[in-house]
Amino acid sequence: MATASDIDRPAAGEFRPKPDQPPPALSVGPLAWVKRNLFGSRFDSLLTLACLAALYYLVPAVWRWAVAEATFVGDSREACAPNPGACWVFVNVRIEQFIYGFYPQAERWRANVVVLLGLGSLTYALSEAMPWRKWVALFLILPYPVLAYILLLGGMFGLPPVETRLWGGLLLTLIIASVGISASLPLGIALALGRRSKMPVIQLLSIGFIEFVRAVPLITVLFMASVVLPLFLPPGSNFDQLLRALIGVSLFAAAYMAEVVRGGLQAVPKGQTEAAAALGLGYWSTMRLIVLPQALRYVIPAIVSNFIGLFKDTTLVLIIGLSDLLQMVKLATTDSKWIGLATEGYAFAGAVFFVFCFGMSRYSLYLERKLGTGYRR
Amino acid sequence: MAVRGIEARGGRRNGLAFLYDARVRAICYQVLTVLLFLLAVGYLAHNTLQNLATRGIASGFKFLYQPTGFGLAMSLLPYDELSSYGRSYLVGVLNTLLVASLGVVLATLLGFLVGIARLSNNWLLSRLAGMYVELVRNVPLLLQILLLYFGVLQTLPSLRESLSIGGVVFLNIRGVFAPAPILQSGFAAIPIAFAVAVAASFWIWRWARRRQRETGQPFQTGWAAAALLLGLPAVAALLTGMPVSFEYPVLQGFNFQGGFVIIPEFVALLAALVLYTAAFIGEVVRAGILAVSHGQTEAARSLGLGDGQTLRLVVIPQALRVIVPPLTSQYLNLTKNSSLAAAVGFPDVVQIFSGTVLNQTGQAIECVAMVMLVYFTISLSISFFMNWYNRRIALVER
Repeated sequence: MATASDIDRPAAGEFRPKPDQPPPALSVGPLAWVKRNLFGSRFDSLLTLACLAALYYLVPAVWRWAVAEATFVGDSREACAPNPGACWVFVNVRIEQFIYGFYPQAERWRANVVVLLGLGSLTYALSEAMPWRKWVALFLILPYPVLAYILLLGGMFGLPPVETRLWGGLLLTLIIASVGISASLPLGIALALGRRSKMPVIQLLSIGFIEFVRAVPLITVLFMASVVLPLFLPPGSNFDQLLRALIGVSLFAAAYMAEVVRGGLQAVPKGQTEAAAALGLGYWSTMRLIVLPQALRYVIPAIVSNFIGLFKDTTLVLIIGLSDLLQMVKLATTDSKWIGLATEGYAFAGAVFFVFCFGMSRYSLYLERKLGTGYRR
Repeated sequence: MAVRGIEARGGRRNGLAFLYDARVRAICYQVLTVLLFLLAVGYLAHNTLQNLATRGIASGFKFLYQPTGFGLAMSLLPYDELSSYGRSYLVGVLNTLLVASLGVVLATLLGFLVGIARLSNNWLLSRLAGMYVELVRNVPLLLQILLLYFGVLQTLPSLRESLSIGGVVFLNIRGVFAPAPILQSGFAAIPIAFAVAVAASFWIWRWARRRQRETGQPFQTGWAAAALLLGLPAVAALLTGMPVSFEYPVLQGFNFQGGFVIIPEFVALLAALVLYTAAFIGEVVRAGILAVSHGQTEAARSLGLGDGQTLRLVVIPQALRVIVPPLTSQYLNLTKNSSLAAAVGFPDVVQIFSGTVLNQTGQAIECVAMVMLVYFTISLSISFFMNWYNRRIALVER
């Protein structure tokens, strides 16, 4: 039996390469990664050091303020006195107002039912591989709005009425956003089809509306809905402030949606409409069966990012006096018992908005990846 | 779409056949639409006139000549309580334009930095830039303005305990108080020197470009121009003996007198607008740079260009074609978002006209229309300018 040394010894005249040298210490492993990605050049190293310095000052400071030296439990301002950090007690005490506004305590279960049912069936309808998804989606589109309207407003079926001026907080934000989203999509599609119509009058009216609304800020549209719209209506008719805001937000969002949908319509090749015409389909059948399904599919990510914008824009209703989440926080920070806690209040509201918007943007990224598979080469 | 009904149906010709003609139908629909539209407008106008009459609201623009009776926190024009509504409108428009133009410049600078930082090879920097973008984009702008104003600027010390920088600049809850420059005779020499420097830089730039084209020798135009632009005015100032004196802010009674003041409402609005829009511009810039094919970078490197030169001479000029259209809409967004001034009480045109003036006069239609006119004009001019610029830098093909 040959020993190892026998094998390693080359025979006379035989070529044996030397064993491989190990790679230089700085070209593999974590150190190499650090060198390549953090200290690639002199300028890079400077940048990295600057970033590290900023983090060194910022992160511990924020941590101390928000967690380490903050107060979480208690029921009054005094509970926060011993700690120099954030006073989350403020948010804790006010959380119900932040969520429901002035909605009467005894009736809040109705708001809960509406929101949970809505979010629940939306999640169900959006998750794949669930049975009867279509029926849940149909429920969301048809009976759900009626149900939500009856439950929230009351005055029917023995439910005590709750006026819309009492609606507020996150509840109101969600209501405005969902009404705006569900009204702006069909309106936007109609406007986009109108803009591409061959009839000059319809085209002109659509272009006029879209360009006019897109040229002015949402605030002025809301002011228009709030102070000018009542002048347009027959004398003596009383008009709900929330309904005015909803009309303003929906029309505003519809103009932006129209431009997104138009982008999708332009991306559908002309051959598709021609093929549809050759099959004998009329205008509406062509649009419903051939063009719109493709067009909307192209622009789903853009539609979702429009929704995110709309969700953020709902905060503007506070300027015409509705008490959405941001307005409730603003009101709470001006309470003399809790003065000087603006940062805590706005940080909380910001976190809530961030969760919703970031969630939507992640979902849109996921859709983009999923839908892109057929087109990506 | 335009299926000719008559031919398609094999010449079925009865009295109503023309109804199947797509052209006839189109005309019918349009006439119907126009009629409905006019009817609606007429109905609304009728209601409005009735409402105005019953509420006793005047109409027309006579109110523009009446005195307002309110003061404004910031004004680029001479303005006091006796000035007319028309003048307050001008003040508001100027304030809007000031915020919008400063915002556009600063947001572009910050946005390009953020976009380039997100693409940096430096892992830490690109992650930090990404976190900034995600954080800022997913929180409503109005909330950011309120947070900056109530959470940061309103927690600054009171007037008596102002933070002072060298006893010259004061920072407190009422804003930043800085020395105001007062121009004296002979000051004209400095702007003249600056204009000469601009002209000279332009000439150097053209000369350097021609020389490089003919001989291949580059010239450091940037440094030369910077030296000229800073140096010539400085020399002029020295020669004329510094014809500028400063008026320092002094605490008298309940406020600082003299000097130059930047109100906190302005700072909160501008800072929030810039931070918010820069995140969006950063994404636009990133998408534009990614749209330049990698072969271009590789070709530039193989020609021996460095990182900075590759970016400046090869990547950015091509990326600009992709960047400009969405950048325009960001500029428009920033301008329109400046109307959120109303939330913190900065006197822009919305705050003055849709707020105070509307409440005082009750002339809702005139006020809202005048405000909308401002944004309409700004939007149209920005998009005209950007369309022109876009045509200029567009790829010229056969």
